[in-house]
Amino acid sequence: MRDLPDSIPDLALYRQMLRIRMVEEAIADRYSDQLMRCPVHLSIGQEAIAVGVCAALDRQDKTFSTHRCHAHYLAKGGDLGAMLAEIHGKATGCCAGRGGSMHLFDKAAGHALSLPIVGSVIPIAAGDALANKLNGSKAVSVVFVGDASLEEGVFHETANFAKVHNLRLLFICENNLFSVYTPLDERQPSDDLTRLATAHQIPCARHDGNNPGLVMNATRNMIEKMDDLPGPAFLQFDAYRIREHCGPAFDDDLGYRTADAITAGMKTEPLATGLAKLTEQGQLTEDMVHHMRAEIGEEIDGAFEAALSAPFPPSETVRDHVYAS
Amino acid sequence: MHRERINEPGPDPMASTAPIKSAAAAIAEGTRQAMSADPSVFVIGEGVADPKRVFGTTAGLLEEFGADRVIETPVAESALTGIAIGAAMQGQRPILVHQRVEFALLAMEQLVNNAAKTHYVTNGVYTVPLVQRMVIGRGWGQGPAHSQSLEPLFAHIPGLIVAMPSSVEDAKGMLMQALVQQNPVLFLEHRWYHYRTGPAPDTPFTRPLEGSAILKKGRDVTLVGTSYSVYEALEAASILDQVGVSAEVVDLRMLRPLGLDSITSSVAKTGRLITIDTGWTAYGAGAEIIASITSDQFQSLKAGPVRLGLSDHPTPSSRGLTGDFYPSAQSIVEAACKMLRVGTDKLEAARNEALKRAEGAIPDIPNPAFKGPF
Repeated sequence: MRDLPDSIPDLALYRQMLRIRMVEEAIADRYSDQLMRCPVHLSIGQEAIAVGVCAALDRQDKTFSTHRCHAHYLAKGGDLGAMLAEIHGKATGCCAGRGGSMHLFDKAAGHALSLPIVGSVIPIAAGDALANKLNGSKAVSVVFVGDASLEEGVFHETANFAKVHNLRLLFICENNLFSVYTPLDERQPSDDLTRLATAHQIPCARHDGNNPGLVMNATRNMIEKMDDLPGPAFLQFDAYRIREHCGPAFDDDLGYRTADAITAGMKTEPLATGLAKLTEQGQLTEDMVHHMRAEIGEEIDGAFEAALSAPFPPSETVRDHVYAS
Repeated sequence: MHRERINEPGPDPMASTAPIKSAAAAIAEGTRQAMSADPSVFVIGEGVADPKRVFGTTAGLLEEFGADRVIETPVAESALTGIAIGAAMQGQRPILVHQRVEFALLAMEQLVNNAAKTHYVTNGVYTVPLVQRMVIGRGWGQGPAHSQSLEPLFAHIPGLIVAMPSSVEDAKGMLMQALVQQNPVLFLEHRWYHYRTGPAPDTPFTRPLEGSAILKKGRDVTLVGTSYSVYEALEAASILDQVGVSAEVVDLRMLRPLGLDSITSSVAKTGRLITIDTGWTAYGAGAEIIASITSDQFQSLKAGPVRLGLSDHPTPSSRGLTGDFYPSAQSIVEAACKMLRVGTDKLEAARNEALKRAEGAIPDIPNPAFKGPF
């Protein structure tokens, strides 16, 4: 059994969510400048899951993510400057311009890898867990997946392997209800995704994904359970993707979700509910929010300025690192 | 047999009294020695710890190193590949084994997108020292999905290293080299090659993962084989010698990086080139070699190069349908005689010699002792 990190207070969790939200809103606002010339899959609406899960992790625990990786990267402590530089294709980017927004990683922070093909990162995370097992490490390998990932064969292959070989692999399934524009109910017989973990005899639970404190505690509880029962675990968190699948815009004009669903989603989204709750509890005042926003805004502006002024990678480096020497 | 090596380090077992062993035994021996030397080496795959031990190539490993390092697995090729990649990114050295090349098709996404690209995309932060062994089936009616030589699919991808050894020495030495370097290395092992015997030292040694090797000197035509087709090429060269045609035989060894070096020098001398693939010719190793040679040294060619390989259709199961499917010493002899425009007398003599040598051979099994089932 290992010690869990200290719990993080709700106010601090809110600030982390706000920072991620503001980073992505800044990306969306500036996207039309045509200087971020790569696809972006914004996590707006899904921040509570990233923040809550990472709040339950140690630095030794590695996270793995998908094309929609901005929030996971930032919540795990990934460098903001390296992220924005990467999206701008600059030499100072986390991949030195070789990956773009879907490949964010920060090895030092423990955000090990993000991969854009749905399901592709799942076994990579399991391989990390296997290496931990071979090395005798108690670290947990955490893989963020979307609801559609569970439709991929490789999820089931990996879940089965992880169970049979007792890997400390924690699946965090963010159900945002859509695979691009195709709703979950057209793709799966039930929105209870834990049924697939149950089929693999993997301990699992389902929670609301809009409350970062709740997400943190659910993750802490599950990691404690993993200590008692060696092997993988699975958490489903339900969330609402506020913007389009890929790109900076709102796309509700396309009519793929109902007006009622949009209203409900915006009512439960984590920044709005977090602000209301903390205000009601007297933990947060308008002045404090204003100050928080100014402070974060300054950080973001600085990171954008640095990304914009950074050089592109020299063209003669394009063949570097095809092979390791 | 004279053997000239490119990039020559290490011992020269061909000139020494190195013990004779099968390629399968050499692979097992190299694996065992690498696992003893480096605790990060482990073997993973379907059947690696089962009673048959992947045609004997993982024999003895479970007993010596235990189930944690000889990992028997669920049937899950895509996940296994990703798991091996993830472990390799953390400094482990997995050897992932597929009993047929076709099994790896289920894992192409992992190989192409992740094994080949992670080092590049992360700007060198991660390395993926993954070794993947795949077996090419042949004969005994294995049919369309158990006997494909699909090396072009892998060799197409920058970031992968693709090896097709043919000598017993390379079977062990190239594997041991793969286990001390930092890149993903794929081995395509022809099933019939596992039975081949040859000299290889009992002690650990490495052979380079680059360069081709001239196995037999000749003046008139260059025969380039990959894996098992090298043995057909050597037999063809021996037949051609009897009718006064001097063939040089090159063992390609490496598809990526492509071992052009000795082919370039050989063709500069002979002016004639025949490639013999174990797979289909279209977009194959031979196609790549001929494209490179014609682009780089067109002036040294005395005749249009020729590609030999499998007929352009799936592999049927029935031995009634596979008579002319595989390139053989006979078909190589025919191609060489045609290219050199040898006279009718010599051609007849070569044909007769080839027929004489093939007499009694059973075309759908690797050797008379083979009784199936796969």
